[in-house]
Amino acid sequence: MAKTPRILALGAAGTVLVAVAACAPQDDPTPTPTTAASCTKDTMPTRTAGKLTVATDEPAYEPWFRDNKPDNGEGYEAAVAYAVAEKLGYAREDVTWTRVKFDSAIAPGPKSFDFDINQFSISEERKQAVDFSAPYYLVRQTVISLKSSKIAGKKSLADLKDATLGAQVGTTSYQAITDVIKPTRKPQVFNNNDDAKKALQNGQLDGLVVDLPTAFYMTGAELTDATIVGQVPQVGAPEAFGLLLDKDSPLTPCLNAAVGQLDKAGTLKELQQKWLAQAAGAPELT
Amino acid sequence: MSLPVHNPSAAQQRRTAYRRRQTVRSVLVAATSTAALGTLLAIAVTGAPGWDRVRRSFLNPEIARDALPEVLDGLRLNLWLLLCCAAGSLLLGLLIALLRTLRGPVFFPVRALATSYTYTFRGLPLIIVIYVLTLGVPGLRLQGMPSVLVLGGLALVLTYSGYLAEVFRAGIESVHPSQLAAARSLGLTYRQTMRHVVLPQAVRRVAPPLLNDVVALQKDVGLVSLAGPIDAVRAAQIATAQHFNYTPYIVAGVLFVLLAIPLIAVTDWVTLRAARRQSGG
Repeated sequence: MAKTPRILALGAAGTVLVAVAACAPQDDPTPTPTTAASCTKDTMPTRTAGKLTVATDEPAYEPWFRDNKPDNGEGYEAAVAYAVAEKLGYAREDVTWTRVKFDSAIAPGPKSFDFDINQFSISEERKQAVDFSAPYYLVRQTVISLKSSKIAGKKSLADLKDATLGAQVGTTSYQAITDVIKPTRKPQVFNNNDDAKKALQNGQLDGLVVDLPTAFYMTGAELTDATIVGQVPQVGAPEAFGLLLDKDSPLTPCLNAAVGQLDKAGTLKELQQKWLAQAAGAPELT
Repeated sequence: MSLPVHNPSAAQQRRTAYRRRQTVRSVLVAATSTAALGTLLAIAVTGAPGWDRVRRSFLNPEIARDALPEVLDGLRLNLWLLLCCAAGSLLLGLLIALLRTLRGPVFFPVRALATSYTYTFRGLPLIIVIYVLTLGVPGLRLQGMPSVLVLGGLALVLTYSGYLAEVFRAGIESVHPSQLAAARSLGLTYRQTMRHVVLPQAVRRVAPPLLNDVVALQKDVGLVSLAGPIDAVRAAQIATAQHFNYTPYIVAGVLFVLLAIPLIAVTDWVTLRAARRQSGG
């Protein structure tokens, strides 16, 4: 019976295969939505009664804040924070600011603020640890170029038709090129923004498409000879910034309602125009 | 004149019958074991609880159809680069191998340069060569800087000619010294000896490994996409990111295999022909 071990081995291999296949994980259940509460200055359970404690990072950067002074109400996020406070019935002087590091704000655990506003993008992963309000900003794609580039200072999407544009692979930025700008030259695609920046510096690209916060950072800190050409109309499923709250905070429904009303009334749009497009020099390309 | 009728002995007939039985038996055994393993694999894979999910995300016919034109468009770039880079690196590789096998003390610097070339470019990771040439060199902002594609192709030629040079050198050195001595004694110059005696034998001997490297090159040309151009794999990556479905990668993979089949078939055929010739059959 010399063949038995071989048959046994085959059988064992088959059993292992089936066993491995049977070990595949099952799907997770979906989470349940939270309920609403009453939202006035007198009833809201804030950290200090009658006051709204708002947090941001130290230092707070432009164009989201001005001069690292959130309480001057200038800059997009400062303006949004005061608009939300006003909607909830708080006067300017009822708002107190505190500084919290970005990483400690999204970590689970007790919070020293009622809400934090610091370009937190909403993600399912983060929602495991903290609460988010409805988005107060949907990130727009933005074209940047060298100051010496032929597309620097252009005002319309049509002016970008014969430009060589680049973007990182698999991003909404690439989608903005192919779906909105639709240039006649083939777009260039890079593994990451570092390679793309190098190509921009080398003059291999006329323009690079990144999201607006990245564009501010690149043109402000990394590529000093680069400038923002303008913002591209919204495309795809954009990244969304939300106000950050403690996990299961009773204030979440109130902030949701306030942000929703500001959005509906067009206030958010006005503030974006004022602080991102005009004050920060990122005009909207049409 | 008629041939004498061949009458195998009884022992020979038994041997023939036995061999035939053995052949039939081994074919049957092979068929059974293949069928058994195939069934087992099919049951294990399709019976897995996650099979439907895997099939939806890796084998979705609609997404495959959507992605095909873009991947094919990218594949055109791969083909062009393959043709140019294969020709370029074969020529450069041969040249370096010839320089490396030059005799005489006068040629020491040439030999040393050729040797350090093969050491450097076989050792350097291809990705780094591509980065330096496609993102580094254009930074010099010289007049008449060639396009990224040309620079990327140059990086491939530099790297692969290092490998190919060593293959050529192995071929050249495999030609027996007596052949050189015979050629020289017939009055051929060194150059004529190389051209008419050594290289024809050398290239024939190393044709299979050379083609093998070309097959490898076919997969590496896509790395030029690091610098921006969209090749087949990059096109598949873009489509994958759009649909959050991995089918485009499978599409690109199948196209690459299809592209490789003729090349591999030629390699096998050349190998077979060389083996037949050498065994004198």
